[in-house]
Amino acid sequence: MQYATNQYEGMIAETTLVPGHNGDLIGAYVARPLGPGPFPAIVVIHHMPGWDEWYREVTRKFAHHGFIAISPNLYHRAGHGIPEDVAAMVRAAGGVPDDQVVGDVAGMLAYVRALPHCSGKVAVFGTCSGARHAYIAAARTPGFAALINCWGGRVTMEQHELTATQPVAPVDYTAGLDCPVLGIFGAEDSSPTPAQVAVLEQALKQHGKTYEFHMYADAGHGFFYYDRPAYRQTQTMDGWKKIWAFLAQHVAA
Amino acid sequence: MCTMIATQIKIAGTGKAGNGWFELREANVSYDHPFEAPFDHALNIDFVNESLGPGARVAVELDVASARRLVETITAVLAKADQGGLLGE
Repeated sequence: MQYATNQYEGMIAETTLVPGHNGDLIGAYVARPLGPGPFPAIVVIHHMPGWDEWYREVTRKFAHHGFIAISPNLYHRAGHGIPEDVAAMVRAAGGVPDDQVVGDVAGMLAYVRALPHCSGKVAVFGTCSGARHAYIAAARTPGFAALINCWGGRVTMEQHELTATQPVAPVDYTAGLDCPVLGIFGAEDSSPTPAQVAVLEQALKQHGKTYEFHMYADAGHGFFYYDRPAYRQTQTMDGWKKIWAFLAQHVAA
Repeated sequence: MCTMIATQIKIAGTGKAGNGWFELREANVSYDHPFEAPFDHALNIDFVNESLGPGARVAVELDVASARRLVETITAVLAKADQGGLLGE
């Protein structure tokens, strides 16, 4: 949504607790436009560095564009502190279990769909490990209208990378995807590499899924992050345009 | 968690963070995205005491060459101390 300068705009954004995996209450940051709606929604899944300021900003950005946006704290059970300290603790533990993430994201989906101002159409967005989590969640949870995978690493995995908590490569869940997929990648990324993105694309083709992938030249991992040296302004702005167009077509329509 | 290359070891010692010295019980060594260092990936060491919560953490994020020099230097310093009969293990 683009607001005209003479148009009313308002937003509410706050943290709350929402039932996730096994009914556990976990933190969630919810931002939504003011008004009766109905608004489409999006689950915004944070990256490895945690439930941090960038994710707060992106959650509000989606709300500014007309979405009820909800960002769960996937590291809630690790304890509380500044985001990077909590993320470091989770990193040491080998990450969060995939099954737990699926449960947490399903909880967010159920929460937003029950809101009276939600249209019922819900996308899921993630970057880095959050994109990997988004992919698994979308493939294992019926009901998502769109999936946005921004440079998700380890969506394809070698056998030796599988662990007890991450026992299945996300790409192997591809048959379960029932929504269109947008992929945003950097040609200089080492995780995922362009070759790994090609493997993922092949899987989507093989299963007859609707997808569009954009591979940006002169861009590495996390090139949207304006607070990191990998930031690429031109590619980032084009990437956001692709995201808005994709959401307009599949979720906001 | 993008690489999932992380190992924890038990350690004994002390570390100094913003609130002063505290007892260290674990070191978490990973090769993954750093939070602050300007690299895609770094050799990260978090010296922590998990019983005190996430904030009990002394963190370093090193480039690969620095990490290798650090390993070599620790080994060399310990060898020199051992030669002098100082280790007392």
